[in-house]
Amino acid sequence: MSNSIIEVENLTKRFGTFKAVDSISLEVKQGEIFGFLGANGAGKTTAMKMLSGLLSPTSGKAMVAGFDVFKQQNQIKKSIGYMSQRFSLYDDLTIKENIRFYGGIYGLKRKQWKEKGERLIKRLGLDEVEGKLLKDLPLGWKQKLAFSIAILHDPKIVFLDEPTGGVDPITRRQFWEMIYEAAHDGITVFVTTHYMDEAEYCDRISMMVDGRVEAYDTPEGLKKKYGVKTMNEVFIKVARP
Amino acid sequence: MENQNAVIVKNLVKTYAHVEALKEISLNVKKGELFGVIGPDGAGKTSLFRIMSSLLLPDSGEVNVLGIDVTRDYASVRKKMGYMPGRFSLYQDLSIEENINLFASIYDTTLEENYENIRYIYSQIEPFRKRRAGALSGGMKQKLALCCALVHSPEILFLDEPTTGVDAVSRSEFWEILQMLKKRGMTILVSTPYMDEASLCDRVALMQDGRILSVDTPAKITDAYAYSLLAIKTNEKYNMLSSLRMLEHATLVYPFGENIHVVSDKGKLTNEELTKYLNDQGMENWEIVEVAPDIEDCFIALMNQHVAA
Repeated sequence: MSNSIIEVENLTKRFGTFKAVDSISLEVKQGEIFGFLGANGAGKTTAMKMLSGLLSPTSGKAMVAGFDVFKQQNQIKKSIGYMSQRFSLYDDLTIKENIRFYGGIYGLKRKQWKEKGERLIKRLGLDEVEGKLLKDLPLGWKQKLAFSIAILHDPKIVFLDEPTGGVDPITRRQFWEMIYEAAHDGITVFVTTHYMDEAEYCDRISMMVDGRVEAYDTPEGLKKKYGVKTMNEVFIKVARP
Repeated sequence: MENQNAVIVKNLVKTYAHVEALKEISLNVKKGELFGVIGPDGAGKTSLFRIMSSLLLPDSGEVNVLGIDVTRDYASVRKKMGYMPGRFSLYQDLSIEENINLFASIYDTTLEENYENIRYIYSQIEPFRKRRAGALSGGMKQKLALCCALVHSPEILFLDEPTTGVDAVSRSEFWEILQMLKKRGMTILVSTPYMDEASLCDRVALMQDGRILSVDTPAKITDAYAYSLLAIKTNEKYNMLSSLRMLEHATLVYPFGENIHVVSDKGKLTNEELTKYLNDQGMENWEIVEVAPDIEDCFIALMNQHVAA
């Protein structure tokens, strides 16, 4: 019944003698919100790059949205959306221009991006500022817009790399509600964060330590396993044994 | 009484082109206190820290650090304070040892002379002392930056977002170091976007949009929470949120960790009323759990009041 949309088996990436990702295995189901956690330098970014078709693995197996990460990287790129705190939209384009630009990159036809763009602007309440340059928007709005644009082309999976860093607590939650909504609509969400309360918002979680997946379960299951009350405590137990 | 204060900030205003970064900020920090300035990006934390550490001039207002007017006599105050900027700004192509020696010589001292003061932190990175700063991990860079800020044995430390983007383990290690420095009498001001770090401070200022929403001990801030807070545990978060949004008297509804928080004016929404509402809505598999408001609930309520006002 549960269709897996990401299947990873013993995936490894070596840089010289250093194993950045050391034989990780995991499975993400369609429509799931999957939290991909780990310490700084644990290998999360490298793993995400392989799963989004940006970096070739050294060995192992992984299928993303039905495509092979070794041979079908271009098909993977078309099936996913991506957003991060560092790279999202262009500051010196207007909101509308950003939508048009990304719509074009993802191969949407003029009619499609126009319709979808209008719906998006309405839903975010940006009608009055759609002609404004992005740099004139508050950070929280930018992040919400970036997420909406990352799913404009109805990808099967969206990869979010620390999407809420530095955002105020109200906007951070509005952002998570957008994530819930996307998941509700069937989009699979693969997200990294340093906010441990956000780990609780995920359906399931993996935690990476030194290139390996050391914990992998629901937040509930992990808390039970480690006998603690918060994900923060789980994280500390897993990462600092 | 006045000389018990390590920092006095009065009516501080700072404006950039079109942005009012600080809107008449006032606060006092006592000697030996571990004081947190908590707020999201754009709240004005960095402007405040740069002004307090004499790196930026305010448009108006007063700043006094250790009894010295910072805007007038910055040279003497700089000898007594350590500052760690938000972005790693040490020399990437100098080694750990070279960076520390450089900072020591700027202050006309040596690492050896101050070794005892930074031993606890330095010993953790000493095995790599020949390694270039650019090649260090995030956690080690942070410790090196702290060593450089401490090498002239300052009386007060200004740390601007030392834990941003740092994983939970390195963050908790960093806070252990701060607690240790506090025990030795250091006054510490630290800014952070992580609300959960508030509980590790003696007192905190909650900052948003150039203003201070509240200054107090974390316990007093949560005690002063003026609303009634109910929490619901469910696996159907999306449907639950949509349903609760329609509920009269639920002023704020938001996901919070594993639960959903429902905020209402005191006496406006009881446990029973909420239960009845959810049953009438046909919601299944949920329970109401007891929770006390934490700093983040307070921050959200204060932010909301401010927007409404």
